[in-house]
Amino acid sequence: MNVDGIENGIVLDHISAGKAMLVYKYLHLDRLSSQVALIQNCTSHKMGRKDIVKISEDLDLDLDVLGYIDPGITVNYIKNGQRVAKKSLQLPETLTNVLACKNPRCITSTEQELPQIFKIVDRSKALYRCAYCDTIVKKEELN
Amino acid sequence: MKGKARSIINILDLSVEELEHLFTLADDIERNPEKYQDRCAHKQLATLFYEPSTRTRLSFESAMLALGGQTLGFAGASSSSASKGESVADTISVMSNYVDIIAMRHPKEGAPVVAAMHTTVPFINAGDGGHFHPTQTLADLLTIRRTKQRLSGLTIGLCGDLKFGRTVHSLIDAMLRYPDNRYILISPEELRLPEYEIDKLHDAGAEFEETRSLEEAIPKLDILYMTRVQKERFFNEEDYVRLKDIYILTPDKLKSAKEDMAILHPLPRVNEISVAVDQDPRAKYFYQTLCGKQMRMALILYLLGLDQ
Repeated sequence: MNVDGIENGIVLDHISAGKAMLVYKYLHLDRLSSQVALIQNCTSHKMGRKDIVKISEDLDLDLDVLGYIDPGITVNYIKNGQRVAKKSLQLPETLTNVLACKNPRCITSTEQELPQIFKIVDRSKALYRCAYCDTIVKKEELN
Repeated sequence: MKGKARSIINILDLSVEELEHLFTLADDIERNPEKYQDRCAHKQLATLFYEPSTRTRLSFESAMLALGGQTLGFAGASSSSASKGESVADTISVMSNYVDIIAMRHPKEGAPVVAAMHTTVPFINAGDGGHFHPTQTLADLLTIRRTKQRLSGLTIGLCGDLKFGRTVHSLIDAMLRYPDNRYILISPEELRLPEYEIDKLHDAGAEFEETRSLEEAIPKLDILYMTRVQKERFFNEEDYVRLKDIYILTPDKLKSAKEDMAILHPLPRVNEISVAVDQDPRAKYFYQTLCGKQMRMALILYLLGLDQ
């Protein structure tokens, strides 16, 4: 299958196979008017199979969300058909409105307009802490 | 400017040096109360209490009145605009325009974090659910410091509800900043200290042991910190009934304790300390409330910049 390269925009490469739709959903790519391509199950020397997302627009991406979904993703910025910058990701320091605190005693359980904020406490164990009530949560698969 | 005022949410928001300053100030307040009686004249403290806590609220109010200040506020969410659905953020934004300093008790954990984001005047957390209660810890620390003349090299027994007991967690967090303290954690399996607090003891390299038996622990202790098994922290009435009277301190059990052991309790007490213990000179839990008032006075002065 051939998908054209993009002239200007962003290519998200090395997405773990099956996670392209999550990237699409959490980056709200459905709201864009520019062309977006989701390519699933590409052959990868490094990963066996991988997903790729191509966006033909230079967006201000939420790299925190992207890093949380899959810290292995590579972000390539394309200008005039050439890659002009490349960024690797890691688990973000702060996550806003991605996870929801499950502590029924947390203030966010009654005041639902509050942003859900989590801060990383242990990168190796992928543990996050609710910024309000300090409840610790382990990184979970988003859906 | 929003969110720029100093907020005390957790005991660890105060440095060891600041604590030392507050202890010194509280001692001076005890010796020379008249020196401070008008220090907060024309200043107002709001006590915003979204859940009942007569003791803490009155302690704050009494502290402000003893400094010559005034107080206003509410006790219980039903008498506040929270019953109309007003958010903590909005209430704090409004109150910041009315008063010079705010103390808030809220049943939801993390509510003070929201308050701190919106207050423009100094803010003190007066307890948020099972989470933090820094001014109780200030009372505990001053009581220990005054009765033992030090905050290091002590064997501290923490007894009762170590799982939900926020005062226990805060006291451990605070005491871990002082060297050579040893901890004996006395609780039933169901109310053991949470893993994250155990991790802190490990990380600090503190010596500690866990036991079910108050009788076995008591002879080793310099401080015995008793806690109430709190009904409001249980979702299941059966568990509460089964565990509520698991530890009862009596004069008989105190026979094997050191002569200078200090008995502390954040109060209110229900059954966990027999009233017969009140006559024992080692009982410091009522004295602790005086220390609490003096520490709240010191904290109010400090946060208002009126401590010099």
